[in-house]
Amino acid sequence: MSAYLAQRVLLTIPILLGIVILTFFLVHLIPGDAVSAMQGQLKMSAQQMEQMREALGLNDPLHVQLGRYLMRLAQGDLGRSLFGGQPVALLIASNIGATIQLTAAAMAIAVVIGVPLGILAAVRRGTLWDVTAVVLAMLGVSIPSFWLGLMMIQLFAVTLGWLPVIEDRSARGLIMPAVALGLAEAAIIVRLTRATMVEILNADYIRTARAKGLLDRVVLWRHALRNGLLPLITMIGMQFGTLLGGAVVIENVFARQGLGTLVTQAVINRDFPVVQGCVLVAASMYVLVNLAVDIFYVVVDPRIRYS
Amino acid sequence: MLLSIRGFAIPEAVCIMSRAAQQPLRTGDTSITIALKARRWQRAFWRHRSLLVGSVLLAIILCGVAFPSLFTNRSPVVMNIRERLQPPNPTYPFGTDQYGRDMLARVLYGGRTSLVMGVVPILIAAGAGAALGLVAGYHGRWLDALLMRVMDVWIALPIILLALAIVTALGPGLVNIMIAIGVAWIPYYARMVRGVTLSLREHSFIEAARVLGLSEGRILMRHILPNTIAPLIVMSSMGIAGAILTGASLSFIGMGPQAPTPEWGLILADGRQFIRLAWWIGFFPGAAIALTVLGANLLGDGLRDWLDPRMKI
Repeated sequence: MSAYLAQRVLLTIPILLGIVILTFFLVHLIPGDAVSAMQGQLKMSAQQMEQMREALGLNDPLHVQLGRYLMRLAQGDLGRSLFGGQPVALLIASNIGATIQLTAAAMAIAVVIGVPLGILAAVRRGTLWDVTAVVLAMLGVSIPSFWLGLMMIQLFAVTLGWLPVIEDRSARGLIMPAVALGLAEAAIIVRLTRATMVEILNADYIRTARAKGLLDRVVLWRHALRNGLLPLITMIGMQFGTLLGGAVVIENVFARQGLGTLVTQAVINRDFPVVQGCVLVAASMYVLVNLAVDIFYVVVDPRIRYS
Repeated sequence: MLLSIRGFAIPEAVCIMSRAAQQPLRTGDTSITIALKARRWQRAFWRHRSLLVGSVLLAIILCGVAFPSLFTNRSPVVMNIRERLQPPNPTYPFGTDQYGRDMLARVLYGGRTSLVMGVVPILIAAGAGAALGLVAGYHGRWLDALLMRVMDVWIALPIILLALAIVTALGPGLVNIMIAIGVAWIPYYARMVRGVTLSLREHSFIEAARVLGLSEGRILMRHILPNTIAPLIVMSSMGIAGAILTGASLSFIGMGPQAPTPEWGLILADGRQFIRLAWWIGFFPGAAIALTVLGANLLGDGLRDWLDPRMKI
């Protein structure tokens, strides 16, 4: 088990390194360079542009720039915002909490709605319950989350006045963004849970358990569900990236402070270091969440532990 | 829906009827043969319900978007301040926006941009992804290992964030956003095509082609590529649904086409400012996105069941 874990942790390192290199090169996609791209906003003279290039080290060869970028990263330095000059690491640190809160709440909503509905659909396969769950799931993956968010603001905040329009920092303010973000995820979870459970409920060992005369309840909870939850855990890890991306849009809908609004503003300003930092942090979080999921998997599934 | 429930309730009857339905009909249609024909159609419909509902939905939307003049003779950009913020009524079925522009026309014309934003990125992603996947899967060895590690990294970047980073570099706009979304989607196609290629490579018909002395390029193009088409079509249909959503999201936050171009995400962003006064500005373009995405998803599901029920994407 420890060998497996060590291998899994070690495999994460090249991926993280790859992410760093990829985000570094993303910025070098710019036709011309970062300084000429900023020209529109800052109205610099040719001399000022040259000074800025020198200051940002853009005149050095690419590998020198990459080396310097890596050295700085190793010290936790993500560079400084081109607008305002604050350290990117600080900007991200002050915004990331709100985004994690939102994605965690959305994921919780998705699991609480999606798993029971998926199980119900699989157990009552072919009934009206199943059809309803499948149709709802199809609608759920098709409705844009930002539209759902807007319509919820319209209904619950403007018409009914139950919830605040502008998101405040309270739990009540988190309800609408988390539901808007979580429902599409719930739909994906319903589909996967249903498919997995249908497969498992047809498996031989479930028939054996039933033939032994076990109660349906015991067969479902002890035998089927335990195995059914495993692929679900992997999927939840993989969907974390989608949720992070979705959070960017949802934060904008609800004017909610977070990584999403930070990165959107930075894209509009063409503030490259901030965008680079946000993408780097989001991708690293995704990789680490999936590492955590894999480790958790080992804990709950003895087959991996002993093989 | 009802048919299935009845079908489950009386399976023997269904069997007998389906057997009867397969018999050739000789004489003129009696009421029984009409009933049997109808039942046969119902069964075929139920089996391919996703495919049918999805294609009909998409066909209606495509028709509206391709021929907006059939539904409205107003322009999507001409302003009429006197008629601003009209709620839906017989003259303006979808109402008017803050400049008095007809929302129906804006939604119909806006669909053109939105649909293009769904299709072009997937063409880019499927084309580039298929090429990378074919090469990686067929060549194998170090090239496969290298390309797949690059894909591992690529896939770790959330699609919207990667697209945002590319838009930062290239600048906002319709073409750039399509490139950004397309590039972000490449690894999903590359992985799938590589998987199919890997399994095909071991088949005896590929070995036979090699023994016959066909060139690598010919084997790839004539023998392997055609076998990846079915999964590519299925994945692309669902991909278009995803790309429409991503494109609308990005243009909603101002990264895509700029005003006054009508585009669903952009109209929604307008609607957001007027949410207290005019729900319809936000409602209709969102509903259009939802229905189009639903249609593409259903079509993808249906195609998967039709082309290969075992396929898992």
